[in-house]
Parts: sequence; structure tokens; C-alpha cells
Amino acid sequence: MADGSIGLWTVPLAVFGGAIRVSTPFLFVSLGECITERSGRINLGLEGTLVMGAMSAYGISYLSGSPWLGVLAAGITGALLGALHAGICSLPRVNDVAVGIALMLFGTGLAFYLGKPLIEPTAPRLPAIDFGWWSDIPQVRAALRVNVLFLIGVALAPILYWAFRTTRWGLLIRTAGESSDAARAMGHSVLLIRLRATMVGGFLAGIGGSFLSLFYPGSWNEGLSSGQGITAVALVIFARWDPLLCLWASLAFGGAAALGPALQSVGVTSGYHLFNAAPYILTLAIMIITCSPKRTLTGAPAELSITR
Amino acid sequence: MIIGEPVPPSGAFGVDAIAMTMRFGDFLALDNVELKVRPGSFHALLGENGAGKSTLVKCIMGYYHATEGDIIVGDREQAIANPKDAHALGLGMVYQHFTLVPAMTVAENLVLARDDVPAVVNWPKEMKELEAFLARMPFKVPLGARVSDISAGERQKCEILKQLYLKRRFLILDEPTSVLTPAEADEVLGMLRDMVVKGELTILMITHKFREVMAFADEVTILRRGKLAGAGKVAELTPDAMARTMIGAEELTVQPPRTGEAGQARLELAKVRALDDTGAVAVHDVSLTVRAGEIVGIAGVSGNGQRQLVEVLAGQREAESGEVRVAGDPYRASREEMRCHRMSLLPEEPLKNACVGGMSVADNIAFREFDRAPFASGGWWLNRGAFRDDAKKKIGQYKIKTRTPDTPISALSGGNVQRAVLARELAGDVEVLIAANPCFGLDFAAVAQIHAEIMAARNRGAAVLLVSEDLDELLELSDRLVVMFHGEFVYEARTSEADLTVVGRHMAGH
Repeated sequence: MADGSIGLWTVPLAVFGGAIRVSTPFLFVSLGECITERSGRINLGLEGTLVMGAMSAYGISYLSGSPWLGVLAAGITGALLGALHAGICSLPRVNDVAVGIALMLFGTGLAFYLGKPLIEPTAPRLPAIDFGWWSDIPQVRAALRVNVLFLIGVALAPILYWAFRTTRWGLLIRTAGESSDAARAMGHSVLLIRLRATMVGGFLAGIGGSFLSLFYPGSWNEGLSSGQGITAVALVIFARWDPLLCLWASLAFGGAAALGPALQSVGVTSGYHLFNAAPYILTLAIMIITCSPKRTLTGAPAELSITR
Repeated sequence: MIIGEPVPPSGAFGVDAIAMTMRFGDFLALDNVELKVRPGSFHALLGENGAGKSTLVKCIMGYYHATEGDIIVGDREQAIANPKDAHALGLGMVYQHFTLVPAMTVAENLVLARDDVPAVVNWPKEMKELEAFLARMPFKVPLGARVSDISAGERQKCEILKQLYLKRRFLILDEPTSVLTPAEADEVLGMLRDMVVKGELTILMITHKFREVMAFADEVTILRRGKLAGAGKVAELTPDAMARTMIGAEELTVQPPRTGEAGQARLELAKVRALDDTGAVAVHDVSLTVRAGEIVGIAGVSGNGQRQLVEVLAGQREAESGEVRVAGDPYRASREEMRCHRMSLLPEEPLKNACVGGMSVADNIAFREFDRAPFASGGWWLNRGAFRDDAKKKIGQYKIKTRTPDTPISALSGGNVQRAVLARELAGDVEVLIAANPCFGLDFAAVAQIHAEIMAARNRGAAVLLVSEDLDELLELSDRLVVMFHGEFVYEARTSEADLTVVGRHMAGH
């Protein structure tokens, strides 16, 4: 088979490859937010965390020459922003949604300010594993170049699912999220549990950001995130706070986001911007189908301020 | 006396609270109160709402730190800084509001409550141990079921089992039977009583049910307004004497006698079906007629669809199917229909369901009529003076304790919020009155006043639908009694002919 002869198969193949590439930041942010929300707190600031993570990963990778140090730095930056969110929310009469929006603006603004000198230089990027070596077709090889972070994220989803049910920390996080009264009656500090959950959530969101600057698209600029952080927060809601469903939802979003470029590559150029809006149309459609004014969301942590 | 030594490793022990004083700012919640619970006894703590019972036990459990006073556990004085310290000494408490996590299974809740939850829980092993533990217990709970799916009675049993699973030997129970049927209450308290008699357990129970005090308790301590009002052996006391000690010299409103016969059908429900918040059927095609001049009581353990039924009648929830008629006209709970049929509502949790907490007492009292004369001119210009005058009149008439008519209603105590709602709802002629747990958590004076008002409304010819979890209240007030279970009416009888054991059986679904 010669190059390009796969014809219309290019589209599903590109969507598949795109699903893997584009979904990674969704996956990390949504798993992180899943942990935070299960503890009873919503962190809308993860968009800011994502961009800060992307910037710090790129900067550290450039300065140290090691992309993995960059990933670690992104995680630490995210955890610190998470601690800031949790710290402010621990104060009495503070609304976590408002704080989240403030931190979203703070995070992106700070990242643009600190990241100004990073737009020019090129930092070492994360390596990819070539699962397409068996094929001669360049599209197949391109689609199967999978980043290690994606694999870590895929493994993390079932681990979290298991941890929520069988580890002490999982049970404590769920208790804090479902009934802070019960947690307090058992003598646990709800604020401490939520602080840790928000920090872990920020850590994962920061790593999601490092993927943006160190793999795909793979550079630092101010238009790097087109709202992935905030979309991932919404994604947790229709994944019903289930880490495994977060994985599938992230893949579906990644695939939808890759639809526009894939169609363009086979020559369908009319309505390019409309196809690029596919993830948002998908969001609306899923929300309309799954939500009803008459019932509460199943699976929603009872302490979450959006469900109270 | 040695400070901080642990109590003996097994068997029941006693707890003494000596000269306890607790101050919240200017408010004196406990004033030099003394409580002596002997080891291996069943001790009842009586008192009205706000008498300081909860504050006292919370001081013992380490939630509050008493301003003055000492706690002696076993024979040793202990400094209990937080609930964990209390747990380590073998003290446990079952709270009035449940502390189980609804979204988790019973087994998860039990394991989670332990102080030594393993980092990774080996579920097969834990389940085996839990089943072995349950086999030794006189009542059963479904380990694998989610707490949100089991009945209130089973939840209360879980709460108590949880404390026994944690090997607590001094148990504080805060109104443990408020969600149980009389038969369930007897079963649970009887089993605990057996453990007390065997010397395995000491119990301190907060309650206001004299029947349970007389049947199960050895000794009683009575508080009134933060002070010790009396204490003694139950065998030497009568319910009347205990009630007098609780209330003090306060005058209670006298309930008018039941007069007049039931007349025309006023409120008719035909096959009404309603869903709960999760979309499950909560009210299952119920039909009922309430006639003028009668009180129909709906009994049932909470969570059997009563709340959703009242919400349909109050206009807070749409019925899925079926029909409601008032005086023969179709009724869809619009404001116009409520006004024209003179409907009144006393929903449960009045601060949440019948008031706007941040608005003033005067505003809240005027909700039904605020856009009509004399409160408004032309339907839009509000006359603030009329609000205040009307409120002042009703505040006096209904004995509402508020600083001014302009005080936000959320600053009032529960009894006074309910009095304000009563003032609004029962002010004019009432033709249909729907009341849901109108006396929940209120003191004797408020309860007596509310019962008297409900009876007076009935005597004036109102059709009254009274939904209550308090069987005594229903037996006292209603002409007819209906039992609701799993969203259906499963039993109906004239109250004068109703058999309490049969009613209790139907409440439990047998």
C-alpha cells in the first residue's frame, strides 16, 4: 500500500491519534479535580494551574535540560496553587467557586508574566514511545506515537478507582466529601483532608499542563490552553465523579477536539471552525441529555457547593 | 486522684461531671451543673430544648471545653481535649442527626469509624470479621447495602452497632428513638438494657419520652435552662413529677376541647404520584379525602414519602400524575388558588420551607398578603408602616419572642420561627390547613400553643392534614389516622379505635 492510499480512513485514524494526544491534559486535570471534588471542594482554578504548570515545566526543562524535572516542577507548582486555594477556602464564609475563578485569572496572568522570556527558546521535549513500528503507513505511525504521560494517566484512573474504595485515604476523602459532620464526629479534620486533596488535584493538573508545553503542541505561548482546564472540570461532572468514566470522557473529548484538524487533512475545509467546536457541542449535548431540573445528580458528593 | 490514667480495660464504667459551667459569650448555657452516671446503669437526661443537655454531653465528649468544671471517668479525672480523647477512654456517642455517610455501604461506614483504619483495606477479611461481629449482636443490618438505601430505623441500629463495634463501654445516646417506631424503639433499647444489666455497658440517654424513661432507665437527671433542676431514681418518680421539674412554673396554653362534627369534603387527593430528588417514585398513587372540621393524621417513619407529598401540596414539587382538588376545584398550588381557598401551610423546617431567613420578622409575617391592601397600594407600592403595625399585633398575640419586628427571622429560636409562621398562616379564616411535623424540636410551651391553635382551627371548621413522625402528637390531635409506608397509605382507622401495636406494625411495613 502506498502513502496516502488509505483515503477516508485518515479521519478515524487521526481522530484516534488525536484522542490520545489531546486527551492527556484533560485526563490529568479531570483525575485531579475528581480527587478534589470527592473531598467536597470544587477547584475552578485548575485552568490557571494548567497554564502555570505548562510554563514552569517549559522553563525548568529549558534551564535543566531534563523534561522530567520540568514535569516534576509543574506538579509542585500545581500543588502549591492547590494549597493556596485550599488555604483561602479554609477561612470562614469563603466561597470556593469565587476563589477558584480568582485563582484561574491569577494563574494564567502570572504564567504569562513569568513566561515572557520563554516564548523564544526551545526546551527539550518529552519522549514518545513508538507503538507504530510495525506499520509502513506514516499516518498510522503518527497516530501511535504515544507519550509516556498518557500511559501514566491511563494507569492512574483504575488505581484511583481502586483507591477510593480500598484505601484509608480514599475512604477519608469520600467521607469528607459526603458528610463533613460524619468526618468531624470521627475526629478527622475536614479542612486538612481537603487541603491534601486539593494539593494532589493541583499536582496532577500541573502535570497535565507540562504535557501541553513539553509534548503537544510542545512549546510555550500564551494561547497554549484553549480552556482545557475549565472543560476538564465540567468533564468530572458528567463523568459522575468516577475516575474510570473520567478516562473515557477525556478520550471522547480528545477525539472530538481532533475532529476539525482531521477533516481538514482530507480536504474538508468548509465548516472548519464549526468542527473545532465539536467538544463544546458535545459538552452541551451531554449536559442536556443527562441533567434534569427534577432530580439531583447521582454520584455527586453531597458536600460539594454546586450540589447544595 | 491520678490525672490522665486510662480506665480499666473492660466492663462498664461511670462518668461524673462536676460543677460544669459553660459560657458562650454572654450566654450561660450550663450553670454549675452536676451529673453522676453510675457504672453499669441506664441513665436518662431530661430537659426541654435549650435546657443544656446537648451542651453538657458535648463537654463530656470533648467537642466543647467547659468554662469550669471537671469530668471524672471511672475514678480518675480526665482532661478530654477532643472527641478522639473521649473515644480512647471508651466513650462513644450516637448523635441525633446521623453520622453515617449516606453514599457509602454499611460495611464501609463501620470500618471507616475505627481509629486504626488500615492504609489498604483487605475487604474479604474485614467482611468476614464484620459478619462474625454481627452474629453476636441481637439485631441485623445489611452490610453490603448503601446507607442511603436503608430505612431510618436500620440506620439508627447501624449507629448503635457502630459504637459497639468500636468497643465503646460508655454510650451517650441523643434522642435515639425519634426515628423509630415504638416497637423498634423497644427492641433497640431493650437490647441495650440487657447489655447494661450484664455489666458490659453504661448508658446516658437524652430523651423527652417519659414512656422510655419509665421502661428502661434506672436514674434520671433533669435540666432546666442550663441549671440542674432535679435528679433521682426513676422508680421513685412519676412522669408528671418529671414533667413539672422540666417545665418549672411556666404556664402552658390550654388546648380547647374537640367540638363539632366533620362536614363537606374539602381536600381531595386522587392517585397522586410524586418522585423524589433522585427520580424514584416517593409517593405512590395515594388517594385521601379530608373533610371540613376534621384532622387527618398521617403517621409514618420519616423517609416514606411524607415530605414529597407535603411538597406537592405546598407547590414545591410537581406531581407526576393524579389530581388534587380543594372544595371541588382542581388545585395546582398557585398563590391565587391558595388565597381563594384560604389554604394554610405549616411545613417542616419552617426556617427553610416557609421563611426567608435574611428578611425581617415583619416581612415574613406579611408574605401571604404583602401586595394587597393595607400592605400595598395599587398592588406595587408597599406601605412599610402597615407591615410593622400588623407584625406588632401578631407578635403580641402569638407570643413571638423577638427584639423588634425588623429583626431578621433567622435570628429567632426554632419555637419563635414556628410561632411567626403560625401567626401568618392562621391569622384569617382557614379552610384547609396542612401541617408537617409542626412541633419538631420545640419546647413544651411552643408545642402546647401550636397544638391548641391546630385544634382551634379544626373546631372553626378547617380541614386539617397533619403529617407527623410523632405518634403521640397524632393520637392526641387527629380524628382519623392514616399510616404511610413506602409512599403508600397502608392503614387507616378512626383514632379513637386505632390499636397502637397495629399502627406500629404498619409503620414498620409488616
